[in-house]
Amino acid sequence: MSNEINLPIYMDYASTTPVDPRVAQKISDHLTLDGNFGNPASRSHKFGWKAEEAVEEARSHVANLVNCDPREIVWTSGATEADNLAIKGIANFYKNNGKHIITSKIEHKAVLDPCRQLERDGFEITYLEPNDRGLITPKAVSDAIREDTILVSIMHINNELGTINDLHGIGRVARKNSVFFHVDAAQSTGKVDIDLGDLPVDLMSFSAHKTYGPKGIGALFVRRKPRVRIEAQIHGGGHERGMRSGTLPTHQIVGMGEAFKLAKEEMDADKARIKLMHDRFYDSISKIEEIYVNGDITNKVSNILNISFAYVEGESLIMALKDIAVSSGSACTSASLEPSYVLRALGIKDELASSSIRFSFGRFTTEEEVDYTLTLINHAVERLRELSPLWEMYLDGIDIDSVEWQTH
Amino acid sequence: MAYSKKVIEKFENTLNEPEKFNVGRFDPKEANIGTGMVGAPACGDVMKLQIKCESKGNTHVIKDVKFKTYGCGSAIASSSELVDMLVGKTLEEAREIKNVEIAEALELPPIKIHCSVLAEDSIKQAIDDFEQKQ
Repeated sequence: MSNEINLPIYMDYASTTPVDPRVAQKISDHLTLDGNFGNPASRSHKFGWKAEEAVEEARSHVANLVNCDPREIVWTSGATEADNLAIKGIANFYKNNGKHIITSKIEHKAVLDPCRQLERDGFEITYLEPNDRGLITPKAVSDAIREDTILVSIMHINNELGTINDLHGIGRVARKNSVFFHVDAAQSTGKVDIDLGDLPVDLMSFSAHKTYGPKGIGALFVRRKPRVRIEAQIHGGGHERGMRSGTLPTHQIVGMGEAFKLAKEEMDADKARIKLMHDRFYDSISKIEEIYVNGDITNKVSNILNISFAYVEGESLIMALKDIAVSSGSACTSASLEPSYVLRALGIKDELASSSIRFSFGRFTTEEEVDYTLTLINHAVERLRELSPLWEMYLDGIDIDSVEWQTH
Repeated sequence: MAYSKKVIEKFENTLNEPEKFNVGRFDPKEANIGTGMVGAPACGDVMKLQIKCESKGNTHVIKDVKFKTYGCGSAIASSSELVDMLVGKTLEEAREIKNVEIAEALELPPIKIHCSVLAEDSIKQAIDDFEQKQ
């Protein structure tokens, strides 16, 4: 079986996806002299006009996937920049209306770090705790809103857990209180339907490279009705209606456009296939004793599955699974030696957080890859448990929590 | 993970041939067994080391060793490396083993030095346990 499979197997699609070959073709058509290489801002010749046309077509593809007006899409260098532009842009523009912002403890660093920066600039931030299933509830948001709250920033799909927040519910709370609502949707495109014609969301961040597009390009949705205004963070030329200056990278933009066009066309088929892979994987792996799904198996996307293998340390599991590319919440894989802050925020014990592995599937995941991965995991978990004094204690019926450990 | 080839080899060998690499347990109640268990699950590593001793002159010699380790790759490799050093040593000699010997043998990266410290603690505790029984 292993002869048919290329190793290592990629099971880390939530980290980044390979560029779809159709997208790669589109990108390479916009680079060289015989292609569409012009500067979209050049107004005096056909090279510029053609490039502008390609950029606007791509903008329509992005808008089409999430059902908004193309004029509501601002190109950025990625979801990180889109998050920065949304959060700092709103804070800087509306600072006279209030200095309070609400976000959550399980946001991506691209949201948390701009919030930390704003704290240094005199803003007050409330970091909401998720419930034990990884959700930020509309009620939690509602309870945190104050007279001086100007922005709520909550992610759509959590990158570690795959859990899906209720954007309608949170958005309604924000609208009722006249507070702007920003959503980091980097993990959402091509995975779930997004209808901005219906959603009470004011700003939404997108990334190309999580949806089979290139790295280095993303977009921010900025609603026109009711109008949302943001202060630019990068100045120099007034591109993107003054919200984000800098020569537009035509090749990356058409790449994102093509990727999002394909996402629109193939989302149903992709979702169905990935759900099959997920269920095949989960049905088998759930037969292993003492494993725990982190997040909520009943409210998550199929492409992400986060599992803790009790009594096995995550980094050693990753080492034992060297032919499988996955991510871990283990402290040992992070530079800080701290387990995942997302799992901690859910109230998961450090040792279970350290035993966690995030598997993420994608468009190119095959049944053979899933089966081979399962074989390796079963083998590795069995071997590592044989090596684990904690597993031995568990089998002997000793409660690990009742032992007085010497923490170091 | 900036691991040396030595850590990876030691880890993989231990995982693939547990018996050959002394993975297992002795009955801790037996008089000639000393058990040390150090670390904590919440910190990400727990080492359990057991020594089987035999009296020789006015001291004891380590005849056999068993261990189990929960932890990252370098924690498992550090335990296994320590085990290799123990058999045949007197308790006095075993007590002299320093974590740097393990760290150097495995070329542990600085961030993983604590794994070798834990290994050193485990043998000290196992010897203490054995001596208390005598």
